[in-house]
Amino acid sequence: MSLLATNNLSAFYGDFQALFDINVSVAQGETVAIIGANGAGKTTFLRAVAGALSTKPEMVMFDGRPIGHLTPHEVVRLGIAMVPEGRRLFPSLSVEENLLLGGHSERKGPWNLKRVYELFPRLRELRHLPAPALSGGQQQMAAIGRALMANPRLLLCDELSLGLAPVVIRDIYQCLGAVTAEGITVVLVEQDINRALDASVRFYCFQEGRLALSAPTKNFDRSAITAAYFGL
Amino acid sequence: MEWLNILIQGSLLGGIYALFAIGLSMSFGIMRLVNIAHGDFIVLSAYVALVVTQGTGLDPISSLIIVVPVMFVVGYAIQRGLLNHTLSGGLLPPLLVTFGISVIIQNGLLAGFGAYTQRLHEGAIETASVQIFGGISIGVYPLVVFAVAVFAIASLQLLFYRTGLGRAFRAVSDDADTAELMGIDNRKLYALALGIAMIFTAIAGVLFAIRTIFDPAAGPIRLILAFEAVIIGGLGNMWGTLIGGVVLGVAQAVGAALSPTWQILAGHIAFLVILIVRPSGLFPRTRD
Repeated sequence: MSLLATNNLSAFYGDFQALFDINVSVAQGETVAIIGANGAGKTTFLRAVAGALSTKPEMVMFDGRPIGHLTPHEVVRLGIAMVPEGRRLFPSLSVEENLLLGGHSERKGPWNLKRVYELFPRLRELRHLPAPALSGGQQQMAAIGRALMANPRLLLCDELSLGLAPVVIRDIYQCLGAVTAEGITVVLVEQDINRALDASVRFYCFQEGRLALSAPTKNFDRSAITAAYFGL
Repeated sequence: MEWLNILIQGSLLGGIYALFAIGLSMSFGIMRLVNIAHGDFIVLSAYVALVVTQGTGLDPISSLIIVVPVMFVVGYAIQRGLLNHTLSGGLLPPLLVTFGISVIIQNGLLAGFGAYTQRLHEGAIETASVQIFGGISIGVYPLVVFAVAVFAIASLQLLFYRTGLGRAFRAVSDDADTAELMGIDNRKLYALALGIAMIFTAIAGVLFAIRTIFDPAAGPIRLILAFEAVIIGGLGNMWGTLIGGVVLGVAQAVGAALSPTWQILAGHIAFLVILIVRPSGLFPRTRD
């Protein structure tokens, strides 16, 4: 049975429909990529799963139970954590306080400050600095660490590569590999297609709020992706 | 020496203004709530203390054992049941709702207690004074109030910077949407925030009512003084709020020394001058 499944998920911003009948399913332990152009509905999809956009209950199923109607903090308690687009660290909190805040829900699990600092040793040195004093890559590490502190079963990552140098992006994805090796299920949203495909076993390509293509990543013809991506 | 005396008396007077301001500063800092009813909650606390002292024979300061929990519950319930529903629509809805609460409290108190002026009586401490150097004597009671203000702000700083709850308060103040995504129940947190703000409001109300006569319409002027202390000190800075209170108190003392009719006006003038010279206050902290 899949850990996360959406059933004809539709989502609205007021009268504007941003998602149309999206069916995505993610098995326990999988890393799945969601790709698509700007405005394709990728972030909206993550927000709907995380509870920030309210939908009909059974449109989002997590571990077999409907969660579409739950609020974000209830969803976190069930084990879904988010690395939001643009990091969104709390500027008036130190790095360590940001991490501790990620553990606010007090879910039990393997992740704690010590483990996060083992994954990102640099953060330990920077832990007393205010979050805005960090470089973009360090902030992204802190944002991932903050999400891990919630001990999630499902990690939602929104545009990890946004605004970062290629060498930094490589480091971040290496660390993400270490996380998924421990069995955390990951949904990756990326505009950097190659990066997303390398890190995932399957992908879904969104286009204007609809599902355009989905397939296993391995050996997939990238020209077909290009077609689905741009709607050619 | 006379001016030193004025400076000291004025600073001590600032203690009560800082106490007025703490609750207002908290609710604005955490939920961007401009609580127009804040002054009326101060007066409401005084009336709750009046009922408790008359009903139980406790003295006003001991009555805080009852008044503080009562006001905490009032704050928690009003935020949870009413104000939480206004927060998504911008700055105006909570402003209007708290204005409505203000009217309701004033008229409710008028209906229940009449327009008579009231006072709480604490006994000898009210008039006790101590001599310090140079023949200056300071009232014990203003000194106690000032010490309470310092203690209150210090304990709030501890709450904000040393506890998980305080961390959550600061995170929600930074970015409420992201805080919710990190597992914080914002609505519950807001209710707790107004509850805690009311603890300080209750203390301010009782200490004020021992010192000054009050009636059901006494709230709005306390609101103005609280606003002025918060804004002089700089939004989001609790120690700044204390200094804001002191600035107000000293300005009033100086005004009173010039002419008794100038006392209140001098405070407002000091506020306006600071607003013109430093629009974000003396020690601003928040970015917006």
